[in-house]
Amino acid sequence: MSPSGPELLRTIKSQIEEVDPAEVAELIDEGVAVVDVREAEELASGHIPGAKHVPRSYLESRIEGAVPDRSTPVILYCASGNRSAYAARTLLQDMGYENVRSMKGGITLWKDRGYDVQVARALSPEQRERYSRHLLIPEIGAEGQQKLLDAKVLLLGAGGLGSPTALYLAAAGVGTLGIVDDDDVDLSNLQRQVIHSTQRIGTPKVDSAEESIHAINPDVKVVKYPVRIDASNILGIIEGYDVIVDGADNFPTRYLLNDASVRLRIPVVSASILGFDGQLSVFKPYEGPCYRCLFREPPPAELAPSCGANGVLGVLPGTMGLLQATEVIKLIVGVGEPAIGRLLLYDALGATLTEVKVHRDPDCPICSREPADISDEELGVFPDYEAFCAASG
Amino acid sequence: MATIKIPPVLRPSVGGEKLLNANGSNVGEVLRDLASAHPATQSQLFSAEGELNRYVNVYLNDEDVRVLGGLDTAVAPDDVLVILPAMAGGARQRVWRHGLGAHSAAR
Repeated sequence: MSPSGPELLRTIKSQIEEVDPAEVAELIDEGVAVVDVREAEELASGHIPGAKHVPRSYLESRIEGAVPDRSTPVILYCASGNRSAYAARTLLQDMGYENVRSMKGGITLWKDRGYDVQVARALSPEQRERYSRHLLIPEIGAEGQQKLLDAKVLLLGAGGLGSPTALYLAAAGVGTLGIVDDDDVDLSNLQRQVIHSTQRIGTPKVDSAEESIHAINPDVKVVKYPVRIDASNILGIIEGYDVIVDGADNFPTRYLLNDASVRLRIPVVSASILGFDGQLSVFKPYEGPCYRCLFREPPPAELAPSCGANGVLGVLPGTMGLLQATEVIKLIVGVGEPAIGRLLLYDALGATLTEVKVHRDPDCPICSREPADISDEELGVFPDYEAFCAASG
Repeated sequence: MATIKIPPVLRPSVGGEKLLNANGSNVGEVLRDLASAHPATQSQLFSAEGELNRYVNVYLNDEDVRVLGGLDTAVAPDDVLVILPAMAGGARQRVWRHGLGAHSAAR
């Protein structure tokens, strides 16, 4: 005779190991993966801090994303400890996980015992729909999406690199996008600057970009800076942003941004393009090298082709800008391995991606010192500055 | 012979090549061999004193030669040297003078 529901549950629980919330509270920072197997709508009342979310209905298809290593000790929980018992047996018997336990009494008992609960702000139904493909990825999920919604990202330039970056970050739900650009849309921009349009030729780029951003996602707050960034305004502009995207076209701005961002400890996702070649790196102050550690000084004008009218394959800023957008999202959500201490070299013609190491320079004139020791007068200064600019201008 | 990856800005000086081979047992010898075959690269790579210019990074495979032995770093025949000057290109081209001084811009 087939077992009743309660009989089956008793059998399952006899086959797995249960763990008391008190022990889970002890283990939480000890390399144990805590996984919440409830459905998404049940999470509004709170979850165990740091727990990963894999609904039981998607357990088999998503657990490897949340816990890739089958030898990692896993603790599953649900509302009361029943569904997590079933899930534990599945992982142990069908999927080869070696050490899986189910938390007795579920989140209900956890709360009754007075342990910490993290309450994620609930996404609206419209947001759940809009960002549903993010919510399905364990590495992003509701928690990561909330981080994106709370994030403030500053884009230096709404040009070739800034266009795709801004569009995709807006689509991804980054809450605030600041855009610095004092230029107007020109016909020659449209071969690559896809955030603008033929109808908007002659309008300020910040206005044109805002229109496209709001067309794709009206919830994004756009902060417009129709100015040229310089030593007198940079600190006021970049302060308060979580990440800066550098698509600047000239060395003085790149060094200036580097120095100011080190002083304010703001990570910079940097890319540059020329012809068919692109470079990308992430400069996270004091955790990795800065731009000056990589390039101690700019090349002379004759070797700084950004100073003249040089061409670029129209899709190349798209490729590099989207690599930047990807790095921005990783930094905000806190997943993956950002390109810190690495420089990626993309050769579009050869279809190759090369990577070289970038080290912190112990003698770096900027990041070898404490932020408070970097003075206003030092920001953006480099040797032969006047000669460089005179030669290139 | 070691392989040298030539960056876009140096390609006009080497007949447009992206990859070249050069002889030498260390980084300095390989680069000087390159410069003797393509004299236009001499002043781009080396200072008047024969040192590597500060604005040129050179990597042996994926490692910066500055953290190895500099120009004295040994090079094996199957090694790859990457020459890498900074690039600042965004996508706009224009020249402006403002703020800190005269800037040249090409976004």
